[in-house]
Amino acid sequence: MRAFTDLLDRLILTRSRNAKLDALARYFAETPDPDRGAALAAIAGALTFNTAKPALLRKLAADRVDAELFALSYDYVGDLAETVALIWPERPGANRAPTLGEVYETLTYAGKLDAPRLIERWLDALDASERWALLKLVTGGLRIGAGARLAKQALAQWSNRPLTEIEEIWHGLAPPYRDLFAWLEGRADKPAARALAPFRPVMLAHALEEEDRPRLDARDFAAEWKWDGVRVQAVSDSGVRRLYTRNGEDVSAAFPDVIDHLSFEGALDGELLVRDGDALGSFNDLQQRLNRKRPDAKIIARFPAFVRAYDILADGGDDMRALPFAARRRRLEALIVDARSPRLDLSPLLSAADWEAFAALRASPAPPGVEGLMLKRWDSRYEIGRPRGLWWKWKRDPYRIDAVLMYAQRGHGKRSSLYSDFTFGVWRGDELTPVGKAYFGFTDNELAQLDKFVRDNETERFGPVRAVRAGADFGLVLEIAFEGLARSTRHKSGVAMRFPRIARIRWDKPAAEADRLETLEALLRAAKSRAGD
Amino acid sequence: MRPEEILHPRPEGLYCAPGDFYIDPVRPVDRALITHGHSDHARAGHGLVMATAETLAIMAARYGADFAGARECAAYGEARSIGDAQVRFVPAGHVLGSAQIVVEAGGKRIVVSGDYKRRRDPTCPAFEPIACDVFVTEATFALPVFRHPDDRAEIAKLLRSIAQQPERAHLVGAYALGKAQRIIALLREAGYGETIYLHGAMEGLCALYERCGVPLGPLAAATTTEKRDFAGAIVICPPAAMADRWSRRFPDPVACFASGWMRVKQRAKRSGVELPLVISDHADWDELTGTIKEIAPGEVWITHGRDDALARWAALNGLAARPLRLVGFDDEDD
Repeated sequence: MRAFTDLLDRLILTRSRNAKLDALARYFAETPDPDRGAALAAIAGALTFNTAKPALLRKLAADRVDAELFALSYDYVGDLAETVALIWPERPGANRAPTLGEVYETLTYAGKLDAPRLIERWLDALDASERWALLKLVTGGLRIGAGARLAKQALAQWSNRPLTEIEEIWHGLAPPYRDLFAWLEGRADKPAARALAPFRPVMLAHALEEEDRPRLDARDFAAEWKWDGVRVQAVSDSGVRRLYTRNGEDVSAAFPDVIDHLSFEGALDGELLVRDGDALGSFNDLQQRLNRKRPDAKIIARFPAFVRAYDILADGGDDMRALPFAARRRRLEALIVDARSPRLDLSPLLSAADWEAFAALRASPAPPGVEGLMLKRWDSRYEIGRPRGLWWKWKRDPYRIDAVLMYAQRGHGKRSSLYSDFTFGVWRGDELTPVGKAYFGFTDNELAQLDKFVRDNETERFGPVRAVRAGADFGLVLEIAFEGLARSTRHKSGVAMRFPRIARIRWDKPAAEADRLETLEALLRAAKSRAGD
Repeated sequence: MRPEEILHPRPEGLYCAPGDFYIDPVRPVDRALITHGHSDHARAGHGLVMATAETLAIMAARYGADFAGARECAAYGEARSIGDAQVRFVPAGHVLGSAQIVVEAGGKRIVVSGDYKRRRDPTCPAFEPIACDVFVTEATFALPVFRHPDDRAEIAKLLRSIAQQPERAHLVGAYALGKAQRIIALLREAGYGETIYLHGAMEGLCALYERCGVPLGPLAAATTTEKRDFAGAIVICPPAAMADRWSRRFPDPVACFASGWMRVKQRAKRSGVELPLVISDHADWDELTGTIKEIAPGEVWITHGRDDALARWAALNGLAARPLRLVGFDDEDD
């Protein structure tokens, strides 16, 4: 348990992604089977011991500690597993400390009745931080700032295998992953992706830059809208249906309404979107669905989800990925027609054959839910990763407004000594009203200037938040770029920005000339009227 | 005489009527007896201050030589009369110069422990248990979740982290009086001979400790030189400085915090600490309850901290206990 405990400690206390990856990679390299497999399962969320519920922990503690002292302690600590771990009265030399592998294997085969006695015995044998790790493990709620994605990346980093290969076989694997580790260490062949409805690693596009265009012949490319949803892979295979994110995370449970209507055999690549009444829902609406692992009927009815397909990876049992895009597109269109699914439609191809036409499409008021253009070579095979020159994304220019800096807060990690989270506002009548928060977009040098401005012009403190001087006669104007706007009841201003960042610091602009809330409201109305088209 | 007639709380602080003095008053009074130099116990502006020589020196260093109208030095163990009361200062093991104050009057003995701990501390003499009718205890860490580990293991953790990440500076947040010097002394005991760098707020008190006979080894000010100079170094600073502009001079610093509160991981995480060191100058749950059992006083009074939990424990163990609800003590400091 010691090594696993130290690993969780590192993961929970470090904010640096690289440090987390290093800690995981080192752990996988140094820890034997089945311990490392059990740890991998715990971090990836693949463990479910139904034997250890919070009520059991409370009961175990109640047998050892006065209820009132426990309640006072729990109040202070705020986390049940940690309270039990810390408060557990030690019995030195009581038992031999178990290994992680033993805990994992014993609990896997233990009945509900045996679990309390087992956990109690282990708690007696471990020290305080190991008890914490044990309780986190058996209750399943690790919350350590690392998940399946990071664990897979660490496996790739440690073994020098492509991440996509690990993702491809992942859903056919089971804890404690002996076959996976054997392959990663070069002791065995790659485990087959033998599960039904497997994930297939996705193909990604490059951002189109100004200088790329002259080198590309527009006639080689098909154009589609770039949808502002979540990229998903919808797979239906002999009755097994799954919805994966582009990283291979299985999100089927969150979208039962979509799963019910995947009436085809094969694997499609597309965008997950939601409806709001007759219109397309905003990204904010989609987020309401994404945030719920198990949605209730009400939210499903409020924001029904669907997949807007744009590629096909498998048609029935046939792998489509080696076919050119043009051929895949014909198969996709046929499949969508046959499927007759209310939760599946086709992302249309746009008719444009030269750069001027592409540019006009991109600049024109696009339908709602569009964030730009996708350009795909007609002859492109479906290749894993981000191959050069085949697919391009050409995002619409962001919206821009001039806003006034109102509040600032310190960042985390390397930025913990800097004011790096900025809340900005626009004019409503004679007053500034906050409309968003941005914490990137600036250079290190600009950050230092912003930090200095905050320190020199602080007017009030609310906990960690600093109010800065901002009025018609004095204030710092920030040019904010953002991708979209939605109505929000959570924000005082009534609007929520998508992906706001600081594009420029306008040292030159008087605060009184910053934008007004009416500007944002006009943008919203424009989006709304297009939605009604 | 009932104990309450000898000592009772007033808005100014804990008042001794037979001797007409206060212990650790929070407002200016004519005569104050001070247990130790932490700023919530030792304040400036009293008429006469009686304390150990070390505590008087600490107060002078913090507030200037004129911190009180007059001062009187109390040696450990030496009995003195003040009015109708007899007082005696006894080591409390908290920080340099820290004392319990034993008050006797009308045939009753009350021990005011101030802040204390029971573990060995190379920078100050150990706590001496004194039999008494009333034991007045702190309760900073009076919850059964607080059990401080062996401080040597915590120091080993710090040294291991330095060995694993020699390219980073280790910034150790520690209170300027007591904790900082104890960390340095423990590092020296563990064989760490390198220069230890100090934030400006630590320098005066470290010099004072050395003058009082606590050797701290090679120290230097953490002034701005080349950034890489601090790679692999230990820098000790007040906790607040870790998130301040001051900390930017160090290469990718590892934020360490030496405090009993670091026992709670959620708390360490919330405060952005990467390497928590559970080292405390206060008694933990076992030390608090063990000390009360050992002294076996007729009654326990609780000054500040988690008084409800300690009172509950006393009730479970058949001991009379009551909280004094003194105001003005900062029980977050450790």
